[in-house]
Amino acid sequence: MERRATFRSPLLPWLLVLPQLLIIFVFFYWPTGEAFHWAFTLEQPWGGGRQWVGWQNFQEIFGSAAYWSSVRVSLVYAFGTSAVAILVALLLALFIDREVRGSRGWRVALIWPYAIAAPAIGMIFRFVFDPRAGVFSALNAVWPSAWDPALNGTHAMLMLILAGAWQLIAYNFVFFLAGLQSIPRPLIEAAAMDGAGPLRRMRDIQIPLLAPTFFFLVVINLTDSFTNSFGLVDIMTAGGPARATEIMVYKIYADGFKGLDYSGAAAQSIVLMGLVILLTVIQFRFVERKMHYR
Amino acid sequence: MVERRPWLDVVTHVLLLLSAVALLVPVWLALVAATQDVAGVNSVPIHWLPGSHLTENLAEAWQRGGFATRFTTSLIVAVGVTLGKIVLAMLAAFAIVFFQWRARVLVFWAIFITLMLPLEVRIVPTYAVAANALAPFQAILDAIGLTALIQAVSGIHVALEWRLLNSYPGLILPLIATATGTFLYRQFFLTIPEELVEAAKMDGAGPLRFLADVLVPLSRTTMAALATIMFVYAWNQYLWPLLVTTEPERSTVMVELSRMVPRGDGLPEWNIVMAGALLAMLPPLAVVVLMQRWFVRGLVQTEK
Repeated sequence: MERRATFRSPLLPWLLVLPQLLIIFVFFYWPTGEAFHWAFTLEQPWGGGRQWVGWQNFQEIFGSAAYWSSVRVSLVYAFGTSAVAILVALLLALFIDREVRGSRGWRVALIWPYAIAAPAIGMIFRFVFDPRAGVFSALNAVWPSAWDPALNGTHAMLMLILAGAWQLIAYNFVFFLAGLQSIPRPLIEAAAMDGAGPLRRMRDIQIPLLAPTFFFLVVINLTDSFTNSFGLVDIMTAGGPARATEIMVYKIYADGFKGLDYSGAAAQSIVLMGLVILLTVIQFRFVERKMHYR
Repeated sequence: MVERRPWLDVVTHVLLLLSAVALLVPVWLALVAATQDVAGVNSVPIHWLPGSHLTENLAEAWQRGGFATRFTTSLIVAVGVTLGKIVLAMLAAFAIVFFQWRARVLVFWAIFITLMLPLEVRIVPTYAVAANALAPFQAILDAIGLTALIQAVSGIHVALEWRLLNSYPGLILPLIATATGTFLYRQFFLTIPEELVEAAKMDGAGPLRFLADVLVPLSRTTMAALATIMFVYAWNQYLWPLLVTTEPERSTVMVELSRMVPRGDGLPEWNIVMAGALLAMLPPLAVVVLMQRWFVRGLVQTEK
């Protein structure tokens, strides 16, 4: 959007954007560049700087079974969490939008989980699902190891997905509700006049009109699950048992800061960046452009 | 409501009540755990009703986690991120929207691209930058040969260094390096009518006067929305503070919370840990509940 009424000054706009540009240069562009630099080089063992090794770091990660396992784990976690969080939030928003009495109160009752930090909720879920002290302790007393996320990878993943979805439901709910409330009221009323009941209206009017919000949330939820899940994993499972919950972000952290393999971690970062950029591009190209019903 | 359907309203209410309760269950269990003694919290089956040890557990968690200093640290970081973000975002968006200058589109895209990659995916090299925030400039000086030139002329070896580890700038600055707020402000500035700019110019107001006297007062709601989002975001940070605070006494509430559970096989004192978790999540929860309207608006407008 172009404005005609603007100020002109040779120096002032530069001074105004300078702080922001400096910060994103130092903490965004430089590190991103460094990631590429490290991904294609190896630190010499006896000093002497970094040596160019081409695609060797990438060949190493793509040849490693542990890496592919972390990719698989990330996909399971991301799709599991997004599916649960989106479906539950959609259902809740559809019902709240029926404007039953006290719907503003319901909104507060459903939105607060978004404020809870990942480490705090991770800790809480870890307690709730603790095999010795949590809700399944009674079951374990009767039938030992019926539930043990510390030993069973599937249990650990289930626990993570529940915690991740618990966090995202509130966020999704806000967007679905905003989407529903922007659907023109006369449309709903006309359908009701034609004899369509509430469930029929949900199926034929509200859900199709929510498609843009739905796809937007799918992309945001997937991105969030790929990048923002570190806190939950670190607190609840630390990637275990036996790497069953070692998602990509966690593996980057473990390889980089515990294994001190900067080049390997950088190469993994590049792959993850590619994935996140791909999701963002999909969002901008297909979701934002094509999905305009209004 | 479109029509009267009493039975459907009942179903709606029941469903909503069940979901609200389901969302609440984990936190309720944590609260109950925080009111038990060690025997109570480890009893089988789990207790569903609160005991009587809440205050002592809270006091113990507060003391054991050193929360007096941690809360100060977290508060300074959260307020610092919030203020820094608002000021930087407003200035940058102002320059992009209200000035006619050649590099405008380029600067806009340079800022826009930062939306794509969250901190987590470039965490390793960002940590290296935090060890010396001036390293990028040193590298540029080295590359263009300025370091060698200065050394040849004056004999002084230029070595720029600014360590950010264990410092407030180190905790705050990398969290500000995204474009979220800039875009929120840009969207808002684009809705300002051109007549307002014309009128201000006619009255002889310069750009800074226009910013201070017209835009700042008009943008109060935008500011409130951004502030709630950023406060919650900064308070809840975990990975970055974990890396950048190598000395335990400089760490934040969230990092300290994670240290309350012993690594390995030791049985945690869940009553104390849950009390700590409740304390740690209280400030952002209070912000969201009290500023609910702004929070929802900020969430929808920034779209993250």
